[in-house]
Amino acid sequence: MAEIGTPVRRREDYRFLTGQGTYTDDINRPGQLYAYILRSPHAHARITGLDTGAAAKTAGVTAVFTGKDLADAGVGGLPCGWQIHSKDGSPMQEPPHPVLALDRVRHVGDPIAVVIADTLGHARDASELIKIDYAVEPAITNASEALKPGAPLVFAEVPGNVCYDWHLGDPAAVDAALKSATRVVKLDLTNNRLVPNAMEPRAAIGDFDRATGEHTLFTTSQNPHVIRLLMGAFVLHIPEAKLRVVAPDVGGGFGSKIYHYAEEAIVTWAAAKLRKPVKWTADRVESFMSDAHGRDHATHVELGLDAQNKFVALKVSTVANMGAYLSTFATCVPTYLYATLLAGTYTTPVIYAEVKAVFTNTVPVDAYRGAGRPEATFLVERIVDLAADELGVDPAELRRKNFIPKDAYPYQTPVALQYDSGDYFSTLDLATKASDYAGFEARRAEAALRGKLRGIGIATYIEACGIAPSAVVGSLGARAGLFEAAAVRVHPTGSVTILTGSHSHGQGHETTFAQLVADGLGIPMESIEIVHGDTAKIPYGMGTYGSRSLAVGGTAIIKAMDKIIAKGKKIAAHLLEAAEADIEFKDGNFSVAGTDRSKSFGEIALTAYVPHNFPHEELEPGLDETAFYDPKNFTFPSGAYVAEVEIDPDTGTLEICSFNASDDFGRIINPMIVAGQVHGGLAQGIGQALLENCVYDQATGQLLTASYNDYAMPRADDLPHFALSTHATLCTHNPLGGKGCGEAGAIGAPAAISNAIVDALKPVGVRHVEMPATPEKLWRAIHQHKAAA
Amino acid sequence: MQKTVSLTVNGKPVSATVEGRTLLVQLLRETLGLTGTHVGCDTSQCGACVVHVDGEAVKSCTLLAVQAEGRAIKTIEDVADGDTLHPMQEAFRDNHALQCGFCTPGMIMSALDLVKNNPDPSDREIREYLEGNLCRCTGYHNIVLAIKAGAAAMRGAPTKSQGAAAE
Repeated sequence: MAEIGTPVRRREDYRFLTGQGTYTDDINRPGQLYAYILRSPHAHARITGLDTGAAAKTAGVTAVFTGKDLADAGVGGLPCGWQIHSKDGSPMQEPPHPVLALDRVRHVGDPIAVVIADTLGHARDASELIKIDYAVEPAITNASEALKPGAPLVFAEVPGNVCYDWHLGDPAAVDAALKSATRVVKLDLTNNRLVPNAMEPRAAIGDFDRATGEHTLFTTSQNPHVIRLLMGAFVLHIPEAKLRVVAPDVGGGFGSKIYHYAEEAIVTWAAAKLRKPVKWTADRVESFMSDAHGRDHATHVELGLDAQNKFVALKVSTVANMGAYLSTFATCVPTYLYATLLAGTYTTPVIYAEVKAVFTNTVPVDAYRGAGRPEATFLVERIVDLAADELGVDPAELRRKNFIPKDAYPYQTPVALQYDSGDYFSTLDLATKASDYAGFEARRAEAALRGKLRGIGIATYIEACGIAPSAVVGSLGARAGLFEAAAVRVHPTGSVTILTGSHSHGQGHETTFAQLVADGLGIPMESIEIVHGDTAKIPYGMGTYGSRSLAVGGTAIIKAMDKIIAKGKKIAAHLLEAAEADIEFKDGNFSVAGTDRSKSFGEIALTAYVPHNFPHEELEPGLDETAFYDPKNFTFPSGAYVAEVEIDPDTGTLEICSFNASDDFGRIINPMIVAGQVHGGLAQGIGQALLENCVYDQATGQLLTASYNDYAMPRADDLPHFALSTHATLCTHNPLGGKGCGEAGAIGAPAAISNAIVDALKPVGVRHVEMPATPEKLWRAIHQHKAAA
Repeated sequence: MQKTVSLTVNGKPVSATVEGRTLLVQLLRETLGLTGTHVGCDTSQCGACVVHVDGEAVKSCTLLAVQAEGRAIKTIEDVADGDTLHPMQEAFRDNHALQCGFCTPGMIMSALDLVKNNPDPSDREIREYLEGNLCRCTGYHNIVLAIKAGAAAMRGAPTKSQGAAAE
């Protein structure tokens, strides 16, 4: 039996294909009420009057609650899970984040009141009768502008809108190295703000059991235990034992469903207050106004090279937009998930990064697929390409010259991380060969004959996944551990339930984890059930994000299986009247080494639960083990992407001619699922490079891209077929050797596409094009340079 | 204002009293409990709510429930033959054309409509047809493969598994 490494078709598909999936909005509780949340239409305003009287008296309305009602009831603010310290050692500014706004609203979409009624229509109708007097104040949405003297303050108590001014590395060493460098390449670039846009809008249902006093929250979450902890301990003050959080089928997350959101606390609190279930579901415009956004950096970067074209120093200065409040993990994204990745795949000996995190009147920004690592990769790979261009050398060769050598692992970077394994040469070779990189100039020339500008772009990437060693992140300011938990529950007849703290919202854990267990215990897939997403069933869990499910969650399952096998050996030794040390476990059988005497896994299970002939002095009955696994290090997936594009100079339209991705994910359990993860990541990365942009009106702070009419989601005809390959070097510190694959595409694709665009526009002298490179932007870039020339 | 609407859903006659503003998708999901049809946006862009109305693919968020009076509606719940998946559903499974599953019902209903009118669509035709169906998970790569394979199976053409594993 060897399930690992095979493209097993997904077990979860049947229910999704037949419309039997159970997403949060598909759940209805008896007697359920509906919540509609009234949100601020202004980016920044004082609330000078708030009258809910008429709304509360409307037909069908049960209650209207405001921020004051929640505050009076002792409801706390939404907590931030990571404390960053500034250069000067001072802790970050952490202003309150009320569940419902109190006297001031700070972004369009900031929730003000909730109307709860018998139907959503009634709730929505009544919300129109809420009278709010606003004193509109100047708003600021651009983070760099927010730093300027005299900019409007998002919080009166936060001078200069600065949340923190953080740095990593040795500035003196970097300045010295840049000073003595033969060449210093400089670039200013932005990393455009994105909206994650999981297709399932967020939803939450609060329920309260009067008999037991237990609260239940059904929610669209990537990590139900984390929500239980944050909401229970900090916001609603409900002990874990009285709070159940269920994240059923979840329709995509991409980071946006990690965080604890106001609506979860509102429905849980209101359900207990009203003694009725309360349901809230976002419509799409609400998702745009309330789901945490991603990226939004402005960066200046300088790369120094010596006479041999070796990188000698990298200096990075970034302004990161935090939005109006600190979302759950917002603060670690532009710091420890970003600056620590600035070595990339290279041997750059000294690196310095400084990051100013800034409050603005925008939706909070937090981790979105890749989270910090796409921003780091984008700037590193853009500046490397620019360096190659300035030096007149092949960008692939410049990269090879500076890659960390294959024999240098473990490799300590100057930005805190220690890479355990990798081989950047092989993935670059695979991707360049697959794309016929060597033959490109002929294709460029052929395209030029047709009047088209053709370009090829390379990006290599490294990411830190499998987050993360709890002690390490704790020392860096994390207010949580980042282990994972799993239980292996063997039933008397030999079937097995796996309770995992990882959460699947598209990743296919019910299949991948079953493959893992089938091989580990030597039992058929059909005998294995994977259970996730319910705090009442799962021992504990930190959830799914940062490509951690296999490396951390999968390892926790293996650790629990190890305990099952160890106990099984003891039981087998007793039954077979052999020494425990002589028992081997293989392919589902416990055997006495060198003999044909053995007991099957099923026989051991039955013995554990019907322990008539059992070593009672030594062992407890039953076969049910839990393991918590805290990783020893991050994992470091890496790879090389090559994009080829063709641009029509007359219209600025761009076609992706080919996209070759070569990744090192370590050991792969299900190659079909892994390829799907790469495809999806690439689509989001290409979306960032070419289409997606979250735009605020600078004068009013209005969110201009709050629907699919305005925010360009990648559609089927925007994207090419992808050509994938893999080359594995194994992770050295987890038993699987797995590294994680969920974010790679979104990390590597933006730079590959952008480098291809700049390569295509080389004949017209364009040095950089900001993302998204829309046809208009490309047309203007081409024609401005033509005009200048 | 309440109105009574009578229609056929998945072959069965149904009658329901709805508000004038009730959308067809709300009738399906909330009144009839057919939650396989999803709502992913509020501007008729995402296609998660596609159903068949009198055999044509329609975004059920663009139709008032009362406009469905006398019409025959087919939803994702009625595509499989009992426990046996329809060839298009099977092709989606075999090609790993779904991840979170949220857009999947709309994708399948759209794919069936495409293949009804174009039994052997090219990659380009499939991509252009899917203009009205958003997926955030798959990058569409495997959806295109699945629709080609599903179309072939529906034509009775020999099929080969083209799962992403081949890549």
